[in-house]
Amino acid sequence: MRPLTEEETRVMFEKIAKYIGENLQLLVDRPDGTYCFRLHNDRVYYVSEKILKLAANISGDKLVSLGTCFGKFTKTHKFRLHITALDYLAPYAKYKVWIKPGAEQSFLYGNHVLKSGLGRITENTCQYQGVVVYSMADVPLGTHILLRYKRPEIGDSFANSSQVQLKKKKKKCLHSGKHSTGKNLAILT
Amino acid sequence: MGRKLDPAKEKRGPGRKARKQKGAETELARFLPAAGDESSKRLSSRARKRAAKRRLGSAEALEMPKFPGAKPFPGKLPKGASGGAVQTPGKKGAQSLLRASQGKKRPAPTHSSEEEEEEEEDDSEEDDVVNQGGLWDSEDSDADMIDDYGADSTSEDDDEGEELLPIERAARKQKAQEAVAGSQWSEEETEEEEEEEAEEESPESGPQKNDEADGGLQINVDEEEPFVLPSAGEMEQDAQAPDLQRIHKRIQDIVAVLRDFGTQREEGRSRSEYLHRLQKDLATYYSYGDFLLGKLMDLFPLSELVEFLEANEVPRPITLRTNTLKTRRRDLAQALINRGVNLDPLGKWSKTGLVVYDSSVPIGATPEYLAGHYMLQGASSMLPVMALAPQEHERILDMCCAPGGKTSYIAQLMKNTGVILANDANAERLKSVVGNLHRLGVTNTIISHYDGRQFPKVVGGFDRVLLDAPCSGTGVISKDPAVKTNKDEKDILRCAHLQKELLLSAIDSVNATSKTGGYLVYCTCSIMVEENEWVVDYALKKRNVRLVPTGLDFGQEGFTRFRERRFHPTLRSTRRFYPHTHNMDGFFIAKFKKFSNSIPQSQTGNSAASTPTNLDLPEVKDQMTPKPKGSSHPAKKARVAVKAKQQLQKRQHPKKASFQKQNGISKGTDSSSPTVSCDTKSQAASKLQDSSQPAQKAEVIRGPKVPRKLKQQSAMPQASKKVAFRKQNASRGTDTEVPVLSLSKTQATLKPEDCDQPLGNSKRAEKVKQQLPEQPFKKAAFRKQNGTPKGPETSTVSLLSSSRPPPAKRRKSQSRGSSHLSS
Repeated sequence: MRPLTEEETRVMFEKIAKYIGENLQLLVDRPDGTYCFRLHNDRVYYVSEKILKLAANISGDKLVSLGTCFGKFTKTHKFRLHITALDYLAPYAKYKVWIKPGAEQSFLYGNHVLKSGLGRITENTCQYQGVVVYSMADVPLGTHILLRYKRPEIGDSFANSSQVQLKKKKKKCLHSGKHSTGKNLAILT
Repeated sequence: MGRKLDPAKEKRGPGRKARKQKGAETELARFLPAAGDESSKRLSSRARKRAAKRRLGSAEALEMPKFPGAKPFPGKLPKGASGGAVQTPGKKGAQSLLRASQGKKRPAPTHSSEEEEEEEEDDSEEDDVVNQGGLWDSEDSDADMIDDYGADSTSEDDDEGEELLPIERAARKQKAQEAVAGSQWSEEETEEEEEEEAEEESPESGPQKNDEADGGLQINVDEEEPFVLPSAGEMEQDAQAPDLQRIHKRIQDIVAVLRDFGTQREEGRSRSEYLHRLQKDLATYYSYGDFLLGKLMDLFPLSELVEFLEANEVPRPITLRTNTLKTRRRDLAQALINRGVNLDPLGKWSKTGLVVYDSSVPIGATPEYLAGHYMLQGASSMLPVMALAPQEHERILDMCCAPGGKTSYIAQLMKNTGVILANDANAERLKSVVGNLHRLGVTNTIISHYDGRQFPKVVGGFDRVLLDAPCSGTGVISKDPAVKTNKDEKDILRCAHLQKELLLSAIDSVNATSKTGGYLVYCTCSIMVEENEWVVDYALKKRNVRLVPTGLDFGQEGFTRFRERRFHPTLRSTRRFYPHTHNMDGFFIAKFKKFSNSIPQSQTGNSAASTPTNLDLPEVKDQMTPKPKGSSHPAKKARVAVKAKQQLQKRQHPKKASFQKQNGISKGTDSSSPTVSCDTKSQAASKLQDSSQPAQKAEVIRGPKVPRKLKQQSAMPQASKKVAFRKQNASRGTDTEVPVLSLSKTQATLKPEDCDQPLGNSKRAEKVKQQLPEQPFKKAAFRKQNGTPKGPETSTVSLLSSSRPPPAKRRKSQSRGSSHLSS
């Protein structure tokens, strides 16, 4: 277990900032203590310092996990955000997308979401924007990237702008407890 | 207000009901008297009932010996009907009557006594009302008395038997009651019931129990043949081609015989033969191995045994636990109900549990599950965490945490504060722990992959520890039927051994001086005494812990004695749960409180009891034996005890394996152990009886060694001992040191060499300084914090009790030492 290097920190923060922007600082300085990121076996864990102290006693090969896993670094040093980070990203998300109950189930099982399944969406969401997907009951379901979203301009028919697809990040398969990497959400038109 | 079930009524009409399956009607038609019984005319339901009554009544009238008078009717007969042709009701009619009216209607007497009946009917209505209540009470009690297996015995023969019997028995009881009351009509009923019984007996082959239970009544039925144990030949035949029906029946018969062995036994057959047969039959019928079934027969009385075995065939209901970190039980229940799940709160004892009766969606795949709002967990698995009662901001260790249900429950009770260390030895199952904890939003947990026995060494000082030990799984047979056959004596003992080790490690990981904690919960999902009470009892003997109430107000108490074993009486505060009584998996929970961080050195001597207290203080130093040789002195015994404990401790925690081979005394605890050990060994050898054997050898070996460094060595052992025993109480040092001194010179040689590594700087300094053995001893004695016994000091101050305060010891040791040296 070790702290992140500069490079790694930069890469990771860039990724996270896609979803929560400058709110990143809030992740580190929290009212209930200081939290930090630690790297262990290529995975980034977000822990509070109290836990860190106890975890220091555990030898590296025996340590499996601590706190919350935010994501992992791939072999080519790109950072992949995991679904387990959702609880921390959701409150600070800048762009949110709400989907209708009908589309919710389909979304959870890994399908794309068409624009017709969209309930609400934050204004000024531009293309390729990272968004956090909620159900209509404000339960965060996942994070995604709006791949293609063409706002209907005046004069466009609805038919043209009808195909917005949200490709959701696959929710972790929690039965087996495996870490699964999420696919980026793509909104396709 | 349902429609009356009228089996004989033909459904007419084009509608669906006419085409509907026959169902109950056809079943009942079998029981009701054939239509041709009474008349070719189709009767209405009431008419049929009256006919049945008449039939019975006439039968009674024929046999009525004693009470010629009219008998009061308990219930109201329809006046019109009674006025009409009252026919003796048939058996079934009587049953239906009884059933329908809750015993209000008695079988009608013959028409001759009709008027009397009616008169008495009015008179007796009050009586009837009174009797009604009494009737059912007596019926119930009688039913219990008669036989649990009455229904079973008839069930094999006939489905109808089931319906007949309870009613018949009810009628019989009623008869008995009335006979006792001396009412006139009871006789009729007696006869009627006898008739019924007679009729009933014939179709049934083996309700001998009924007959015997009704001994008080006048029965005109021949006694059924009592149950006979099959001969050896038959048994073998069974082994080859088991006929399950027959075996099942035999099981019930044997249980019935054993219940009342004195009267029902077959001549010439012993109880053990019956038991043996029963065991074989149960093993065959329920597919158990002989070993496990034998164990179960020891554990449960026979009636419970069959219930237990039956309960293991059926899965327990699915239960889930709300994750209060993310939702509330009310909201979750609502959301799940909206999805189509049929559920209920689990019980008064749980605020977060829900039991699922059925579900139209897979309960492990709902969006709520994926969002971490609940966890599928057995009801019995919620209990140990409730017993543990973790508080916020505590440090908790969960030693065998997979798949993470209990860990997440602990986290939710602590509201994500504090720290939990979740450990498991199985890497595969750890993945599920990681997944579950992340899903449920638990953030205060570290997950590690150690063998639980390494625990206090890795990190200790926890406020609370939960040990859900790996076990044989005999409480969860319904989940894993393979347990029935693949467990035998060796498996159970192996599990027990592992559990003992884990429990001792867990106890050592608890910090007894914790402000809010100091508790340990030990639980298993097994019902075997070897894995439960025996392990707990072992821990009570080996460590400074005591059992405290678990806080669970239901469940059966643990055993304080079982067969030839006797356990500590506080084991009554442990709890056992069974599938057949509590409808949850078999479980055992024990809650310990650790009252001292010191580890007692167990001893075969009688000073073992005193040593724990001694160990706590640095009085170890006090334990100096004046003479190394076999002291029967009490102080010496204490030292011996201490030493033995040290030795044991060292054996258990072999940190320094150097001298282990010699006598397992020392090492473990500290650097000083080598020196200490050598000292102890030699001294122990000389002095102690039991554990001293190796020591003696060591002593002998060491004897001829260089006398030179005695002083140093003596200093060293003590210093090292001090350092070594800082944390632990292994105060073997004292004993060892004593002998060192006593041996004077020869011994010393080896010690310094031995204790090299662990010696700290302090020790070295001490060594160097001290010329006299006592000096270092004394200092060492002071330095020792946890009452690790100091050999040298003990040696000088043999007579001092270990409870002496250090200064006192010092003085004594000084004096002793000087005297010793001088001598």
